[in-house]
Amino acid sequence: MDITRRRLLILLPAAAVAWKYVQAGTPEVSPNYKMTEHWWGMLIDIPKCIGCGSCVRACSEENDVPDGYFRTWIERYHVSDWKIERPEVESPDGGKQGFPPNEISDGKNFFVPKLCNHCADSPCTQVCPVGATFVSPDGVVLVDKNYCLGCRYCVQACPYGCRFINPKTNTAEKCSLCYHRITKGLTTACCEVCPTGARQLSDLKNPKDPIHEFLRTHNVQVLKPHMATGAKVFYNGMDGSVR
Amino acid sequence: MFKDIEHLIRLAVVIAILLAVFVLLRAAVVPKSFGEYGHYRGTAIAEIAARTPAFAGHDVCEACHTDVVDQKRLGRHANVPCEACHGAQGKHADDPSSVKPQLPDTAVICARCHEANSAKPKGFPQVVSADHSGGLACNTCHKPHRPKIEDEKETKAANTKPAGGKK
Repeated sequence: MDITRRRLLILLPAAAVAWKYVQAGTPEVSPNYKMTEHWWGMLIDIPKCIGCGSCVRACSEENDVPDGYFRTWIERYHVSDWKIERPEVESPDGGKQGFPPNEISDGKNFFVPKLCNHCADSPCTQVCPVGATFVSPDGVVLVDKNYCLGCRYCVQACPYGCRFINPKTNTAEKCSLCYHRITKGLTTACCEVCPTGARQLSDLKNPKDPIHEFLRTHNVQVLKPHMATGAKVFYNGMDGSVR
Repeated sequence: MFKDIEHLIRLAVVIAILLAVFVLLRAAVVPKSFGEYGHYRGTAIAEIAARTPAFAGHDVCEACHTDVVDQKRLGRHANVPCEACHGAQGKHADDPSSVKPQLPDTAVICARCHEANSAKPKGFPQVVSADHSGGLACNTCHKPHRPKIEDEKETKAANTKPAGGKK
């Protein structure tokens, strides 16, 4: 086919329009969800946690987490009166099947559910060399698994040990705060199944969220505050021995 | 002015070609949405949000199973969400007629929460299941949606007249 000047003048704009459609990518799935109107976090009420492992099972089912890896897990602490600095911590299979009876009855015993703290100043996103992990505009730390190289920098950088390399995909994986659920108006899988309400998804930008009242009236901490990560998982009634 | 200016022109052309190759390659390789919100692919957010939830949420369950909601409301399990025991039921919620959920095994599922453990909160009802039931399934005596047995006795006593004997 001969390309005349006239033909070229018609073809060029057509190609430009087509290219725009090619590059537009996937359309927004939740049209009513505005990222700028949310700032997600979570509240964990330690005195309510019974260590049943429902959250761990729900998370692995919802997010297809491989066996032996955890996006959320439960730790059982045993703090004896004379070893406050050195608590005994165990988490058999992440607490997925609950915990065996505790033989030791002295000192303090309690459960601590753990997950990604969705830090506002997250150390893990800062070390990513390719921009595969990031804090979304609504405050959720996410991994772009199609962009991740699997270099493991972020796994080392997370001070809370919340990341792992998925052995199937060889990319970094972590709690996404069930981003596919919260953008559809649902709560996270772990919060959905928690039988005692020990976990509550919180929207810090929503003035009607009960989190604000709770934070004002309770002694709430975050994990490793000295690291200034801007963690947004708030723990109520947490013992000073928790790391 | 310059004696051998063609050397410089050749160099400039090579640099210009390399620069053009770099700009074209970069445009081809870097995704369009990179940098839309920050140093990452903007469309990744929509891709992550596009997945289908596995857990339907108790609001969806309660829309159909109103009889269970009425039972639960009367007992201590009022605020226990459905999928805490029944597992992910998103598929059942999407297609209730063809996807039928399995009933959970009460001997396993009840013990996860109620087996005695010194780390559990003191006020939480706990039993040593070996002593309490001797391995019997919990639903032999308890109704999982409304577990307190006294409730049923009271309602039964209210419904049936006492057949003589001691008051």
